[in-house]
Amino acid sequence: MKRFASLFAELDASTATHSKLAALQRYYAEAPAADAAWATYFLAGGKPRQTVPTAALRALAAQRAGIAEWLFEECYQAVGDLAETIAHVLPAPARRSELGLAQWVQERLLPLRGAEPATQAAQLLAWWDELDAPERFLLVKLIGGGFRVGVSKLLVQRALAAHAGLDAKLVAQRMMGYTDAQARPDEAAFAALIAPAGEGRMAQGQPYPFFLAHALDVPREDFDARLGSPADWLVEWKYDGIRAQIVRREGACWIWSRGEELVTERFPEIVEAAQSLPDGSVLDGEIVAWKDGALAPFQRLQHRIGRKSLTKKILADAPVAFIAYDLLEAHGEDLRERPQHERRSLLEAVLQGTPLQFSPQVAGESWDALATAREQSRERRVEGFMLKHRDARYGSGRTKADGTWWKWKIEPLSVDAVLVYAQAGHGRRASVYTDYTFAVWSRAPRDAAEAQAVLDAIERREPAQPGALQLVTFAKAYSGLSDAEFREVDRVIRQTTIEKFGPVRSVRPSLVFELGFEGIARSPRHKSGIAVRFPRMLRIRADKPLHEADTLQTLEALLGVA
Amino acid sequence: MDLVVQRPEGLYCPPGDFWIDPWRPVDRAVITHAHADHARRGHGHYLAAAPAEGVLRERLGEITLQPLAYGEAVEHRGVRISLHPAGHVLGSAQVRIEHGGQVWVASGDYFVSGAGDDNRTCAPFEPVRCDCFITESTFGLPIYRWRPQREVFADIDAWWRANAAAGRASVLMGYSFGKAQRILAGVDASIGPILVHGAVEPLNEAYRAAGVALPATRLATEVKDRAVLARALVVAPPAVAGSAWLKRFGEMSDAFASGWMQLRGARRRQGVDRGFVLSDHADWPGLQRAIAATGASRVIVTHGYEAVMVRWLAEQGLQAGSFSTEYGDEEPA
Repeated sequence: MKRFASLFAELDASTATHSKLAALQRYYAEAPAADAAWATYFLAGGKPRQTVPTAALRALAAQRAGIAEWLFEECYQAVGDLAETIAHVLPAPARRSELGLAQWVQERLLPLRGAEPATQAAQLLAWWDELDAPERFLLVKLIGGGFRVGVSKLLVQRALAAHAGLDAKLVAQRMMGYTDAQARPDEAAFAALIAPAGEGRMAQGQPYPFFLAHALDVPREDFDARLGSPADWLVEWKYDGIRAQIVRREGACWIWSRGEELVTERFPEIVEAAQSLPDGSVLDGEIVAWKDGALAPFQRLQHRIGRKSLTKKILADAPVAFIAYDLLEAHGEDLRERPQHERRSLLEAVLQGTPLQFSPQVAGESWDALATAREQSRERRVEGFMLKHRDARYGSGRTKADGTWWKWKIEPLSVDAVLVYAQAGHGRRASVYTDYTFAVWSRAPRDAAEAQAVLDAIERREPAQPGALQLVTFAKAYSGLSDAEFREVDRVIRQTTIEKFGPVRSVRPSLVFELGFEGIARSPRHKSGIAVRFPRMLRIRADKPLHEADTLQTLEALLGVA
Repeated sequence: MDLVVQRPEGLYCPPGDFWIDPWRPVDRAVITHAHADHARRGHGHYLAAAPAEGVLRERLGEITLQPLAYGEAVEHRGVRISLHPAGHVLGSAQVRIEHGGQVWVASGDYFVSGAGDDNRTCAPFEPVRCDCFITESTFGLPIYRWRPQREVFADIDAWWRANAAAGRASVLMGYSFGKAQRILAGVDASIGPILVHGAVEPLNEAYRAAGVALPATRLATEVKDRAVLARALVVAPPAVAGSAWLKRFGEMSDAFASGWMQLRGARRRQGVDRGFVLSDHADWPGLQRAIAATGASRVIVTHGYEAVMVRWLAEQGLQAGSFSTEYGDEEPA
């Protein structure tokens, strides 16, 4: 645990990729394989299920620290992270543990799951007393399933590849599924990751690392100069679903999500459809909500994913389909080095005579013509276009080394909204007000004076009269601003605070933001009757007076568009 | 009668007609220590602990200052005033006020650590028995527990040593008055040369003049030799972060020494390579220990987590309240 804690401290302290890589390599050079197996699992994003409920962790820590729950809560508000709060409120340890990470996980943490609450509490108290604050922090993170560190999976793969003298892509492929929630990585699993090329046989259902697209940040007028002719690109609709690979080998079928989770059992209708694929095929594509021969809203898919068991009713209410857009393996042969257009032809051939569909290509003479076609995105329930270069190989992760996939997404819907509540963020943003609640006017104010009267009433803490002009909350957002902008907004919030409700502050409204979102729907759960999807701040509208912020009618009008 | 009350100018002693660390100009001011939020210009008369004299004059220029040795008392309008070490910085004092059979103590800022450390660059905190204790609360949350100083300095030394071995300067930022001298007195000076920023050296002189042993220091601006810079520890105020002044060191590692570095979020916001948890203020156990040692039945909390501390103290059976002050706004910690 000590070694893993000091690795974590190094990774956490540094922002430079090269020093993170060096720290990882040093760790791999020193750590026993069993520990390295688990370290790799956690660093690459593996999360075992939570073993002790959060409420129990809080109560136990407060009890051990000899403080009341309200005081623990104050500490948590200052820190912004439960594991870190616990690490610091506890008194200094009486002794120190020399156990390695693997022993900690296998002999202590995993058996803790399902144990009696009294046993869990006794164990935790004993363990806390043999770890220093950074180690306790990690322990609680691992127990709570909230471990995160500033390294990408790609970087872990690079470090392992450098450590073992392998190609990072090979390591990436071997690592697929390594971080599955059910995985129990051990020395053998770790050895298989770093075995010499050609050895370390691939597991039967092993998928390929997903090739990820980049957001297209090229101005429209520069498309010709930067992208060349549209004829060099395969243009497809960008689906709003779950990215997945279907692996069909030796008569069996596996479905992997982009999160490297094996989700085969969740999509029986896709498994059924995949039966007709020849052995040795791997498809890349999107699982989408599909009803009556057409795309259905993403919310339905979400609804289905949220269910623990798949009842007949759910299967009937929220059917899905797989739309294939790439072929990574055919007849057992890895096709990833073949150009995009060739893989595409092979894909169409392999899908012939199967019930699986492929994503149609969109033809366009010019970028202008495509831009016009892209206008249909919302009514088609897609997010815009994917542009894939004809010659692109299928890369590994978010790289442009092998060719490029661009996401040419439609502009988000947007409204100008007023900041009315703020809450401090977590982690790096703890004690900075970064999470905001936004409101629009219930109708357009007649003029600045009428709006001002509403603001004055808010400041006097007078509740709004029914039917009178008021600000109606409709969305929360916490992303989209730079650190400098957050600091500035934080300053304004502190100056304009009216009331504090625990961690939340109400403010005298003074800031207007352009708020972007991907979708909008009616929702009885929101005061405004409207819910937006992926809201985020596009910019601060310092130029916009408060009374010119948007209204409920603006949102209603967008309901029609989206 | 309350011996200290809150007024717009600052904390005021009605029977003695004087102020403690006032933030607006007044006739008579008792100054607990020379940090800018406690010692301001423009008062008629200043009373402060004798070891603070050099720094106060250096910072405030021409003032009418009456230095008072720790433990000695003066009488003013029937109020007996004495100053007692607070362990915060050179010359920092708690103000003991005795009148009409009552004793009140105003702590100013002080350092007492749960780990049992003393601040070795000044006279250590001395508990003073009183009826009412006016306490700071900068780190008044149970998450603030300082590790033993030797462990922190071992970390700083190890960081410096590794940088020196790799041929890069170690720039350690900390407030120039108090923190810088704590750092200088605590590090292993045999690791390499020690350079300081121009804002730090006059304070070093004041400490040395007061008999505090500090290792030899040179002004960073006077050293051009790359080989020296590459092995050096550079002690500088936080204001140099991101400034052109840092360019002279070429490749370097930067760090920040402050109690606030206890939290990961604060470390990451600071954007430096390392954060060392080193404070001149009491940690949570230190505050509890200091308050208990006064034997006071009434406690008034000034700056920091006032509301939390007041509620906690009330739950411990003390009569607790708070003063709203203008201390701690630009507080080094």
